[in-house]
Amino acid sequence: MQPSNTYTIGFAAAVCVVCSIFVSGSAVALKDRQDQNKLLDKQKKVLAVAGLMEEGQKLSPEEIQGLFDTRIKARAVDMDTDKHSDAVDAATHDMRKAAKDPALSHEVEANACKVKRVANHTIVYHVVDEAGSVEQVILPIHGPGLWSTLYGFLALETDTTTIKGITFYEHAETPGLGGEVDNPKWKSRWPGRKAFDDKGNVAIKVIKGTAGDIKKAPHEVDGLSGATITGNGVTHTAHFWLGEDGFGPYLQNFKSGGAG
Amino acid sequence: MSAPRSGVLNKQQREALIDPLFNNNPIALQVLGICSALAVTTKMETALVMSAALTAVLIGSNVSVSLIRNYIPSSIRIVVQLTIIASLVIVTDQVLKAFLFDVSKQLSVFVGLIITNCIVMGRAEAYAMQNGPVLSFWDGLGNSLGYSLILVFVAFFRELFGSGSLLGIQLFELATEGGWYTPNGLMVLAPGAFFLIGFFIWGLRAWKPDQQEAY
Repeated sequence: MQPSNTYTIGFAAAVCVVCSIFVSGSAVALKDRQDQNKLLDKQKKVLAVAGLMEEGQKLSPEEIQGLFDTRIKARAVDMDTDKHSDAVDAATHDMRKAAKDPALSHEVEANACKVKRVANHTIVYHVVDEAGSVEQVILPIHGPGLWSTLYGFLALETDTTTIKGITFYEHAETPGLGGEVDNPKWKSRWPGRKAFDDKGNVAIKVIKGTAGDIKKAPHEVDGLSGATITGNGVTHTAHFWLGEDGFGPYLQNFKSGGAG
Repeated sequence: MSAPRSGVLNKQQREALIDPLFNNNPIALQVLGICSALAVTTKMETALVMSAALTAVLIGSNVSVSLIRNYIPSSIRIVVQLTIIASLVIVTDQVLKAFLFDVSKQLSVFVGLIITNCIVMGRAEAYAMQNGPVLSFWDGLGNSLGYSLILVFVAFFRELFGSGSLLGIQLFELATEGGWYTPNGLMVLAPGAFFLIGFFIWGLRAWKPDQQEAY
């Protein structure tokens, strides 16, 4: 027997209502926990690049939160004046969303890093010691790999040129090749290298092959074998974000104490 | 349900549960659900979580479709099934994001893609539409186990030979860390899973020749 059209439409509507209640109910009920997870994940990455926790180390959410609260200070940077700013809330400002919004971002000159727009306000992190003085500056960076955009953090010492660490928290490079940007072994090649040369130009570079020790090659980092394009992408990323359109002027201000 | 009882399950229920493991395995015999089997099996952990997610969705969809099977107008039955499956998948994804955030990040879109997993649709249409909720439950569990079996089998070898570890515990010292084992790059990439599934099907069909296709 063919059911009537009214029955069919009514049935479809009933199924839709029940399913949508089910879906939206669970989304609302779990939202707090999910936001918490996203926040914790980001805090973990910041702590890892600052060297305050080991990669893959298991810490309870409270420990992470505690460590982050005592040792990390998020600061908003006005990318126009290159100084700290309180115009946005550093704890909640979403840079990635802002960079897509014409009202909250500005265009930058064509660059090898393929960044088209930069948010007017970005969030950097200061690592502070117990006494409250700044030990490191952590900059958010992103740039192209072979398949994907790599999102990460670059940590600098207060001389703003000695690299403390680098990490990428989001990318989709080939596992085992470009994906090795995640490899702790490779990341351990970065600390101690100098981002700028004596003249103040960005000099850090991922080369092909092995870079040797820091004294001999202060501006060079080992390449990843089989991942030349990802390596070049990391170089371009560092050059853009440490350069004029990136955090270059801010770092100068910071070093001279004029960042506010 | 007049079949003779033995143990907890009657014969029909036992068949619904056991058959999909080897006799009628959704991946090995029906070759469904291959896409996720390739994508999430580089590590045991993701494979296990993916299996659990599929189990939840498949049992949920089989039981709910079966409960309303006599009321679904046949002209819109596929849409209704899909709506139910999609809702279950979204909820599963939300739960993973709330409770297993790290793993859900690695699984990324593949939990969402359970919606298009032919196993779920296939069981709803072929089984749950004709059978009661209890039998459909066992059929859902059986098919999920059949799927999980392959995923875990593939992930076991891919993680062991591709990364030298199991469930994240390093078993072989890697050459990059000063050990002896050079990871097999093929295992990390999707074709590695194709080979392993191929070997599994080969082994299975050698053991049960009636699964071989006629020429």
